Amino acid sequence: MMSPKPHRCTALEGVRNVLRALAVAACVHAGAAHAHAFLERATPAVGASVHAAPPKVTLRFTQRLEAAFSKVQVLDGQGKRVDKDDGALGADETSLSVSVPALPPGRYVVKWRVLSVDTHVTEGDFAFQVQP
Amino acid sequence: MIVHALPPRALEALVVTGITVLVILSCSSTAAAHGFAGKRFFPATVATEDPFVADELSLPTVSWRRFGASEEGPAVRETDFAVDMSKRITDRLGIGFGATYKVLRPGEGDRQSGFDNLEASVKYQFFTDAGHEAIVSAGVDWDIGGSGTRRVGAEPFSTITPAVFFGKGFGDLSEDMRYWRPLALTGSLGVGFPTRSATRLVDDEGEESVERHPHTLEWNFALEYSIPYLQSFVKDMGIGAPFDRMIPVVEFAMSTPLDRGRGGTTGTINPGVLWAGTYAQVSLEAVIPVNDRSGKGVGWLAQLHFFLDDLFPHSLGRPLVSP
Repeated sequence: MMSPKPHRCTALEGVRNVLRALAVAACVHAGAAHAHAFLERATPAVGASVHAAPPKVTLRFTQRLEAAFSKVQVLDGQGKRVDKDDGALGADETSLSVSVPALPPGRYVVKWRVLSVDTHVTEGDFAFQVQP
Repeated sequence: MIVHALPPRALEALVVTGITVLVILSCSSTAAAHGFAGKRFFPATVATEDPFVADELSLPTVSWRRFGASEEGPAVRETDFAVDMSKRITDRLGIGFGATYKVLRPGEGDRQSGFDNLEASVKYQFFTDAGHEAIVSAGVDWDIGGSGTRRVGAEPFSTITPAVFFGKGFGDLSEDMRYWRPLALTGSLGVGFPTRSATRLVDDEGEESVERHPHTLEWNFALEYSIPYLQSFVKDMGIGAPFDRMIPVVEFAMSTPLDRGRGGTTGTINPGVLWAGTYAQVSLEAVIPVNDRSGKGVGWLAQLHFFLDDLFPHSLGRPLVSP
């Protein structure tokens, strides 16, 4: 039977080496930006109440996106689409914007569905309010 | 069994080589998701089973607990080092493997250490409702009898546990309850079937006794509140890093014997926090035993968990069989 102390050290060394290998993998892939795209920030902000909506609704994500499969829509309180259907990625490909006309006071819902560059799909929605 | 046949150095080399090969393989083509139902991301819980199939690796999970003296043995402090890996075969079918190295330090006597029984599992995610953020899976866990070290309590018999797993996010609550939407409940309900009903024990003085192995009801659940969900879908509260990725959680891991001279329920309640990053998740929980039979005092549990589908989206992180 093995003595306890050498066995413990070997096990710890083993875990340490495996973690080292995974850390290398994480670093390698961090550069490639391969992961699910989560919403990081939005303008107007998620759940915000604004006096006047900006000319564009912009969503910033944690990963680069595929333009052809990334969509955003802005709907009014009746569920009618009010954006100008000109959604486009920003220069860094992590932000997605769509133009909106001058929005009258009311509650609006932003719906999005995006594909990150490694084909992970994420989706979501949030509301913002335009005050009178 | 393989674990015990290999010298520790050889095992270490094998695992490191395996990881390295996986890194190389990762440089090769599309992927899908982990723990999602619609916009709900379910993080990997630590003490309770996840309701989804995924490509994920927990390495390591470290726990520390104390147990008081009982008829079964003296008071003991237990430290566990565990590794668990789950792998999708298809988008809905997954398998899992787990191993735990236990170190027991009794109040009296020598320290004991060794592997607990290996665990293998299969799970099928048969229901996903994106709109209601709901997932239901069914699976079987196999505690492989005789694969561990007897002196740390590994049973010589197997236990087969079929179970149903569920996850439900509360994102479909009404607007006036919007701040409750980040809540989610996950859990499982299963019955453990030991392959042996009793074990005859003979002590040092030659006296015989019988240890009975009841069927058990395994009931586990976790209640979590997702700060990322709050900020992305309900209200941006301006919470910054690192708190913007935190998910406070309370897990309940419980077991109730059903027959064969059944005792009472044992289990732990684990309040803690999960931090879900882009490629990995870090978890820290307190472990509070629900009664004396479940432990003594507050222990702790920590885990480093890797999202293989994000780390290796074109190889290891995708289902083995894609449509």
